[in-house]
Amino acid sequence: MSDFTSGFWNIYITVLALLGIFGCALLLWAQSMQKVEVKDDSASQPGTTGHVWDENLTELNTPMPRWWMWLFYITIIFGLAYLFLYPGLGSYAGKLGWKSSTAYQEELKKADAEYGPLFAGYLKQDLKVVAADPKAHLMGERLFLTYCSQCHGSDAHGSKGFPNLTDNDWLFGGDPETIKTTIMHGRNGVMPPMGAALGTDKDVENVANYVRTLSGADADPIKAAMGKPKFAMCAACHGATGTGNQEMGAPNLTDKIWLFGGSKETIMETIRQGRSSTMPAFEEFLGEAKVHVLAAYVWSLSNVNQDQTKK
Amino acid sequence: MNDATPPATVVRMYAAREDIYPRETSGRYASLRWLCVWLTQLVYYGLPWMVWNGRQAVLFDLEARKFYIFGIVLWPQDFIYLATLLIICAYGLFLVTAVAGRVWCGYACPQTVYTELFLWIERKIEGTRSAQIRLARQPWTLGKFTRKAAKHFSWGLLSLWTGFTFVAYFTPATTLLHKVLTAVLGPWEWFWILFYSFATYGNAGWMREQVCKYMCPYARFQSAMFDKDTLIITYDQKRGEPRSANMKDREAGKPAGDCIDCSMCVQVCPTGIDIRKGLQYECIGCAACVDACNSVMTKVDLPTGLIRYSTEHAINNQFSLKQMQRRVLRPRVLIYSGLLLLIILAFSTALSIREPLKLDVIRDRGSLGREVDDGMIENVYRLQIMNTAETGHQFKISVSGIDSIALATSDEVQMNGTESRAVPVRVRVAHGEGKPGSNKIFFELTAVDNPAVHVKEKAVFFVPQ
Repeated sequence: MSDFTSGFWNIYITVLALLGIFGCALLLWAQSMQKVEVKDDSASQPGTTGHVWDENLTELNTPMPRWWMWLFYITIIFGLAYLFLYPGLGSYAGKLGWKSSTAYQEELKKADAEYGPLFAGYLKQDLKVVAADPKAHLMGERLFLTYCSQCHGSDAHGSKGFPNLTDNDWLFGGDPETIKTTIMHGRNGVMPPMGAALGTDKDVENVANYVRTLSGADADPIKAAMGKPKFAMCAACHGATGTGNQEMGAPNLTDKIWLFGGSKETIMETIRQGRSSTMPAFEEFLGEAKVHVLAAYVWSLSNVNQDQTKK
Repeated sequence: MNDATPPATVVRMYAAREDIYPRETSGRYASLRWLCVWLTQLVYYGLPWMVWNGRQAVLFDLEARKFYIFGIVLWPQDFIYLATLLIICAYGLFLVTAVAGRVWCGYACPQTVYTELFLWIERKIEGTRSAQIRLARQPWTLGKFTRKAAKHFSWGLLSLWTGFTFVAYFTPATTLLHKVLTAVLGPWEWFWILFYSFATYGNAGWMREQVCKYMCPYARFQSAMFDKDTLIITYDQKRGEPRSANMKDREAGKPAGDCIDCSMCVQVCPTGIDIRKGLQYECIGCAACVDACNSVMTKVDLPTGLIRYSTEHAINNQFSLKQMQRRVLRPRVLIYSGLLLLIILAFSTALSIREPLKLDVIRDRGSLGREVDDGMIENVYRLQIMNTAETGHQFKISVSGIDSIALATSDEVQMNGTESRAVPVRVRVAHGEGKPGSNKIFFELTAVDNPAVHVKEKAVFFVPQ
């Protein structure tokens, strides 16, 4: 696919480049054919070419070595050969068909051939076995620091909107296979805006108070009691007792762990405006084998004593 | 222009190289040069085979980006040492050139050293200067072909060994030898062995003085370090002129200088110049003409030193050796020496206090600072630890800068020799401590088994408003 908007530029560049090269060759040839008369030649003096500038500046006869000229010809031949083999003349792709994108793909292939078997070996093992392997743990840590730490933090403790992966509290399930599925295909966590459905702002505040009581946080008992019936609308996802539903990624509201914050104001905001968060899918980008090692690492963060694996 | 101008020679703008067949010399300076050839080449060819602590003593592992030089391992972060080393070399060249002229060119430069080796092979196979000239003028016969082939074959062998040695500084020599013998070299090893061999063969066999005259930048900028008290190879014009080869005229009492015009100085010159024309840019200061002239002067019973190491001032004013030596300590020399000494001091100090441990602290940008269960403020960092030594250590991580500051993660980390690793750590500060915003803190790493292996790095702890 050509980058040029019109065929003219293609020809323009080709003609200019070739003119330049052949012009150099012609100039070089003409110069090497030129004959110079040397004057005042004697045993002790190199003689002059007879050129005089600014009254008394004369040009001595100190010719260039001839091999130097051949070097110029070699660069011209190199240039032409390069332009024949590689892209350079307008949109001409070059005889070798070299492309930076294919060069990149080939390097990737080489790296895969080198490291692929290592990951493939782990892929055959059960995730819990991989999690116990100290070498796989270090590989997983490296992968995590490269691909996951931007959102989940270097220590995997997450931040607002990005779950903590070390607390053994899971939105979509924490067994190793589920974690792997989450990384492979990504997740969409959606909490719809419930403000209008619940009614007035007062209703929202009441429900928020009730939600806080679920995890034993301070709340106005009267408002909480008034909010309790309204919570029925939330129970569809979060369950009648508020323990959540991992099938839908609905968080457990009873465990003091808050993805977006647990203050009354933040809960009200969440109820009013809803929340939407996305975990991207990594299958295509990393491949299953790397995800496998990564999933084992993530699972180990809340299931294997970290101090043991740090060694 | 009038008709009286002498007939002009017509030349082309690109001149062919004139063949030079330097005559063999012997004498003080020739021996000195051979000493330099032996010393430099023993080091060059021998070093890759030296073993140090079970590995090659000097190895530049480009793939792992680690440079092993005897006891030390340099990482890409240590490039400053290479830069300083090159600056030291440059100032060394300045100083030596200001005092003694082109001694580097004449005795130790690889171009001179390999040319000397190639000339030696050439003389072994083709004979002396006159035999070489005769052979060159001969028509092609089987004998000439055999000699020429033998010469190029020997040159080729030496070149290949040189190329092999060069690559052996980057791929361990024993591995490389095995790879060569089984012909399983990588493409770049092939390229560099052949390229370096070709360059040696071409430069020392064919290009020779052309390299010094037209290619070498040092040859040209050394003239900027020259002054009238710099040692150069000089022909004592006052003593030598008028030159005369006619012994009868001399005996008849005709005025004649000491130069007997035997042209030995021209025949031995590797750059093909006549030193009697005075200092020329082509002169590489090899003193072959000094050796040649001295031996001739001894034969004709005249004092040696008609061509000698001297300075422009000394030759013009007929200074004694003492007077000449006194002028060595001139401002230019003192400034070069002072600067050189300073840089060497700084370099060796820096190298001796260099910690074989590096630490980069990278703060997590995902969250500025978070409040954890008991009201403490927590920040997350990634410690990029580089253990540049070849021995592994258990390191203790500590953090300071705010009163209650402490690590919430393991404070020990095990690092293998020459390992680089990112270790995520969490740091906590009690509620209310540290000012809101950025606080300066320090991370420290100390080897448990050797507190001298220690590094301290500053970082920022963020306390939310």
